[in-house]
Order: sequence, then C-alpha cells, then structure tokens
Amino acid sequence: MAKVLVVTSGKGGVGKTTTTAAIGAALAQNGKKVVVVDFDVGLRNLDLVMGAERRVVFDLINVVQGVSRLQQALIRDKRLENLCLLPASQTRDKDALTEEGVSRVIAELRETFDWIICDSPAGIERGAMLSMRFADEAIIVTNPEVSSVRDSDRIIGMLDSKTVKAEKGERVEKHILITRYDPARASRGEMLTIDDVLEILATPLLGIVPESQDVLRASNVGAPVTLNNPTSSPARAYIDATRRLLGETVEMTVPADRVGLMNRLLRRRAA
Amino acid sequence: MSVKFLRLFGGGRQAPAAAPATVARERLQILLAHERGLLGQQPDLLSKLREEILAAVSRHVALDPDKVIVRMDRGKNVSTLEVDIELPNGLEPALAAAG
Repeated sequence: MAKVLVVTSGKGGVGKTTTTAAIGAALAQNGKKVVVVDFDVGLRNLDLVMGAERRVVFDLINVVQGVSRLQQALIRDKRLENLCLLPASQTRDKDALTEEGVSRVIAELRETFDWIICDSPAGIERGAMLSMRFADEAIIVTNPEVSSVRDSDRIIGMLDSKTVKAEKGERVEKHILITRYDPARASRGEMLTIDDVLEILATPLLGIVPESQDVLRASNVGAPVTLNNPTSSPARAYIDATRRLLGETVEMTVPADRVGLMNRLLRRRAA
Repeated sequence: MSVKFLRLFGGGRQAPAAAPATVARERLQILLAHERGLLGQQPDLLSKLREEILAAVSRHVALDPDKVIVRMDRGKNVSTLEVDIELPNGLEPALAAAG
C-alpha cells in the first residue's frame, strides 16, 4: 500500500528539500521503492540537492498537462536504483498545477512506488496546498525559532482541514521534525527547547536533526546527506527518523559529532 | 541552571532578564492562542458570516455584494463584529411601510 508523505513547513529555508532528499534516500536504502516529487514550480531545487540537475528533460507540469508521460519525466537516481525524482518546472508558473492533474499523477505514482514524498514549496499558496492535498502522512519541518514554530502551527491547521483525508473525516498522520537544533544554545536558554516546541505544537516528534556543516557539504556535491556521509550527525538523525517512520521504536537522541575529550569537558560544563 | 550559574559570575552587570527562550515561548503561546481562535478552529469564519448575512438580506432587498463589509475586532476582553451594508437608494419608503 503506497503512502503519500508531504514534507512541509510554511516557512522557507528550514530544511524541507534537505529532509526530502535525506529521508527519500534512507527509505530507498531500506529497500522501499521511493519517488521524491518537487512541487516548487518556478524555483525547483530538489534536482540540485539530489545531483540530478543535468538530467532533467520533462517535469511535473509536463506530466500534469499531458505533454509527456510519467515514465519519461521520472529520473532514476544513479546511486540507488529504487529511488526516483520527479522534478518541478523551472520556467512555468505555479498556476499551471491543477488539482485534477496532480490527483492523476499521484494516483499513477501509487501504482509503482511504496513512498511518494512531496517536497512542498514555502508559503501557503497553490503549490504548497497541492503538495499536501493528497497526503496520508506529513512531516512538518520546524526550526526551534519563533517564526518557524508559528508557521508550523498554521500548516498543522491546514493539514487538519484542507486535505482530502481531512475532508473525508480522516486524519493525516503528522510528525514534527526539528532541524538546525543546537543543543548547547538550547541548554543555555538561548533557543527554544524540544519540549517547548512540542508543547506548543502538540504533535508527535519524528526526530531531531542537529545544526551541522555536513548538510551544506552534501548539498554542495549534490548528494542526500544520508548517502554522502552516513556516519555524520545529521545523517544519523535522518536515518533514525526514517526508521521511526517505518514503525520502529528508536530511542530519541540528538546525535552529536564526535568531539575531543577537552571539548567534551567544556561542553558538559556549558550544559 | 546554567543561566543562574553565569549570572553568579556575571558580576551583577544588569538586572537579570528572563532567558531568551522563555520569552520566545511565552510570546508564541499568546500569539498562537489568538491565531488558532481566528483561523484554526473556525476556518474562514468571517467569509462564512459575510456570505450568510448577504444571503439573508438578499432575500428581501436587492443589494450589491461588494457593499457588504464584515469586520471583526479582537479586544482584550470583548471582540466585536461590525457589519456594514450599503442599501440602494429608494428603499426607505418600502422599509418604513413594512415597519
């Protein structure tokens, strides 16, 4: 039974595309057939983060409008054969997406894939609404920071009212993923803590991804962070989150980079 | 803990302020309580009210839908709903006769 998962946040720059790529790759490594779909029409970036930017021929809009067949637009990942990308259009306008067209594409993807991961654009306009419209589950990517938490709250309200599931009286299963978390700053009282965020949003936690240089390094070379450096702290956090998504019980920790003894002592002191 | 610890050694620079994260949490909680009331629990409340008021008045009087303004003001203790409907001219005698 295929699952449609939307990665959303409202606010931009919190890590939706990074998360889509990282969790998509981790699910594929678990043997699942995965497609990641970029809904950011006009400002696509998932192709770049996945390292497939030079292989884009057709895109989601072409398929929605019947210009190309789905099979022609799907780009198979060079590292994992059961991972595919459906890119967004870079030239078209977001109004080219229609609900009927997206519905048809999602239905067709459900026949082939186990997981259909929709990378939402920032904001709450057409592209964002359509990316969540057919979702069974949602990851709300949140930074421990006031504007991100406020936007997440708004998005949670929309997942509960504007999705097909919600309109049928069912529920989209929602998960909070906290990214760019800095444990040292949180413990000094400078940053909202995990408990603060969860209490305010009243939604279960999927994982905590620490702020890390490895995220930038992975996007520089066009590889999901879970493939580029699987032992790095963000990769381990994403791999744990993926296992939770698959129903496993994994102890909730904030993976840390390995640090020297002196650093560790200093860090403990600060905490 | 650490905040107190630092304050102890901070040499009484300034009056101790609440930790920034505490301020952030409290501001968010107040804001979201408001926004959820407005947006979350009653989606599009204002546009719904506007439509129904328009429908009710239209049953008796022909009016321009653009001349119906529904506004809500949220105060600390009470909120008010303001409805402003512009009626076409020549209606007063009919209303007076009905009344």
